[in-house]
This record gives sequence, structure tokens and C-alpha cells, in this order.
Amino acid sequence: MKSDQTAASGSDESAPDTSRPDPDATGRVVLDGAGIQRAVARISHEILERNGDPETIAIVGIESGGVPISEMIGGRVREISGAPVLLGSLDVTLYRDDVIGRGKRPVPHRTRMPFSVRGLRVVLVDDVVFTGRTIRAAMDAVIDFGRPEGIQVAALVDRGHRELPIQVDFVGKNIPTSRAESVVFRPSAGGDYEVVLQ
Amino acid sequence: MKHLLGIEPLDRDEIGQILDAADAMLEISQREIKRVPTLRGRTVINLFLEPSTRTRVSFEIAAKRLSADAINVSSSGSSLSKAETLNDMAQNLAAMNADVLVVRDRTAGVPAMLAERVRIPVVNAGDGAHEHPTQALLDAFTVRQSLGSIEGRVVAIVGDIAHSRVARSAIHIFTKLGAEVRIAGPPTMMPVGIEELGVKPCSSIEEALDGAHVICMLRIQRERLEGALFPSVREYSRTYGLDLRLLRLARPEAIVLHPGPINRGVEIGSDVADAEPSRILDQVTNGVAVRMAVLYLLTGEQA
Repeated sequence: MKSDQTAASGSDESAPDTSRPDPDATGRVVLDGAGIQRAVARISHEILERNGDPETIAIVGIESGGVPISEMIGGRVREISGAPVLLGSLDVTLYRDDVIGRGKRPVPHRTRMPFSVRGLRVVLVDDVVFTGRTIRAAMDAVIDFGRPEGIQVAALVDRGHRELPIQVDFVGKNIPTSRAESVVFRPSAGGDYEVVLQ
Repeated sequence: MKHLLGIEPLDRDEIGQILDAADAMLEISQREIKRVPTLRGRTVINLFLEPSTRTRVSFEIAAKRLSADAINVSSSGSSLSKAETLNDMAQNLAAMNADVLVVRDRTAGVPAMLAERVRIPVVNAGDGAHEHPTQALLDAFTVRQSLGSIEGRVVAIVGDIAHSRVARSAIHIFTKLGAEVRIAGPPTMMPVGIEELGVKPCSSIEEALDGAHVICMLRIQRERLEGALFPSVREYSRTYGLDLRLLRLARPEAIVLHPGPINRGVEIGSDVADAEPSRILDQVTNGVAVRMAVLYLLTGEQA
């Protein structure tokens, strides 16, 4: 089944960390630490440019890969604008369509949304956007915390193959892939992060 | 994990997984909209054949916060021979395409028997003097929440050890998670051979509490026991009731647990039940989160 395949490949759609490939496995680095920093800086500028007042923005990372990136973006936005920015994290496991079906349950992480999203522009941050199902689940989750002024999506990598009408507003890098490949955001040997195509 | 029949069959990792999932579930109960869609369209049947308010309500709230439908069935009115009735009743409920069966019964082993006869996951919500696994899970969760860890902690369980499913499940969970477990109670309420479970029987409550991090007080079932196993409620209270004087024997950061409902002035004084170290109401809050975690994890592993 198509949905089973997408659940098993592609780091963005794999809710359980156990499905992530072995970090020692070979793969081509498509974004190194410096590349990630440049992408984060550009995305941060674009977010401010599009939304204006930083106090109406909430940066929300999607567990687990999106959370470190959301923290980098949050830090950058604060640096550039000189104003504090709201930061949150969402675990969307309990909103996913492929977890609502049957199969071994991934253990969810705790969601941290210490604010109401009413009237805010929420920027959802993920490492890789693939089928769009994670973002769909995240939009449902955000709306459980109030009615936001708008929802936008930022991702380090857009690898295509969307199965839902979901767009990425701020993208670090577009990487053409085949469905059989996987794109993995992970800590690198040097203590930084990297994105690898396998 | 196909069923949750007790703590005894679980390993450390399975317990850890339930507690980790419960941590995520706890956050859901703190939201304004306390509901996630993960069990949408599923049906949870609470078959409570022994009176219970808080455990039944807790399971019902847990199911509803996950968007499942919760149906409560009680025993009132049933007059047929129990084993027959139960078996038939459970099979009928399962035949209505229920997804989880939660069972409370006054006889030990009933949930395990039903688990063999129905094709859906069964959760033991307390069976006789056997086990009460979700209570032990919420106890462990509360300790982890308050003290940060369980390994190496000293846990004192005080009261009617012999007739308590809460004590038995607590002993299993705290020993499996690496705590030192001590037990104390009137000699008539201390089961023979309990050391085999890896606990240390103490001859007095003072000995059990000395340096303890966690004090689990058990409910004395007055209605069941008066006159038989101890001379009087007043004497029990004087010898085994927890008051502030006894609490000072434990560590300064010690916490007090009780499965409820509490008998004020019997096993626990109001001075302790309402004091800072008491986690009795946190336990109730955490109970919903733990039961959400159990329902969520069990509904995933059907063939």
C-alpha cells in the first residue's frame, strides 16, 4: 500500500525515531552545518519580512526533527529584530492519519505550547517536508490551541512528492528525490547538524 | 503488550514506555481543549463488576480525551452464576465490535480469564487481591514527576499488605524500576513469604519510614475487616496511622501517596493528607494520563 511505504521511508513522515536509518549508514551530505546556518538565516529574514511585527509570530517546531531547527530560527529572529519571539513545540503523533490506523504505537513526546495561538501567525517548522501529512496533522494540532491569524510552514528541505495540498512558505533547499530515497536531518560527527540523502 | 493484566508480566522497558507516553498525555489534560483525535471511532467498554467511582471515571475520561467512545457497564441486576455470566457478557460486548475491554472484578484472575476468551485488548482495573496495574503505574509516574527518578529510592508501603492489590502491583513496579521496597503492617496483614518478591518486611512503621523517599499508605477496608484482623480502628490508627510525627522519620523531600478514597484519621491523619508532601490529588490527575497512555498503546497492536 502506498501509505505504508510513505510511513516507512522519508524522515519527515516517520513518527517513531526507531525508523530513522542508522547514523553510520552511508549517504550523500546535501546540507552541512554551514549550509544549515545559511538556510536558517535566510528563512529567519523571510519570516520577518513577510510578517512584520515579531511579537505576533510564534515559531513552533514539530517533534522531533523540527524542534532544534525551530530553536535556531527563533534565536535568529530574536537577534535580527531585537524583540522576543514565542517558541513552542508540537508532537503530532496523536493527530496523524497513519497512526490512527493499526500498527505498533510510537511513544509521543510532550507538546510544549505555553501560549494561546489566538491572533498569532504560527510558523510551523519541520526538518523535511515530503507527503505533507505531518504538516496536515500539525495544522489540526495548532488549531486545538486557539484560532491563529494564520499558519505558515518553514522547512530545511522540501523533497517533493506531496500527497496533500500543502505548500512550504519558507524553504532552505529544494531537493529532488525519488520515493525510494530518504532524506535525514541528524547530528553530524562534528557536533553540528547535517542533512543526508540516502 | 497485548493486554495489561498486571505489572508482574511487564519488563522495565514496557513500563518506561507507558510512563513516557503518559507524560505526553498529561499535557493534553492541561489544555483548554482536552481532546486529541487518535482513538476516534474506537469503543472502550468499562466493565465494572465491583463498585468504584474514581477508577471508572478516570478510565472514562481517559477514553474520551483520546476521542474514543466510552461505555460503562456495571454488575447491578445480574443474578446468574458469575463465571458463566461474565464470560458470555464479555463475549457479547466484544461481538459488538468494542476495541478495548476494561475490567474490574472482586475475584482475582477474572481479567486474565476474559483476555483468553475475547479477541480484544483487556485492561485489568483491579481484580480481587491480585493486581491493580494502572494504580501502580500512576504511583510510579507521580514519584518520577516529584523526585525525578525511581532507581535507588526507598519506598515504604504501609497497611494491609496481604489483602491489597494496590500493594502487590506497587511492589512489582517499584522493585522492577530499581527502588528499595519496604513493607509494614499488622502481623495479621503481612503475607507469608512476601520477601520472595524482593521486599524488606519491617516490624514497625518507624522502621519502614526511616529515611524513606516515598510513603505509600494503603486504604484500610473497614467494611471488610473490622474485628477480624485488628482489634479496633482506633488501635490501628495509633500504631499504623501516618501523622506528622512519623513523617519526620522520612527524608525531608519525601512524598506521601494513597490510592484513595482516604479514611481520614485512620491510616492517614488530615495533618498529613492535606500537607505539602501529600501527592494524593496529583495521583488522581496523573491517573487519567496513565490510563490514556495504556489505552493508546494497547489499541495499536491488534493483528
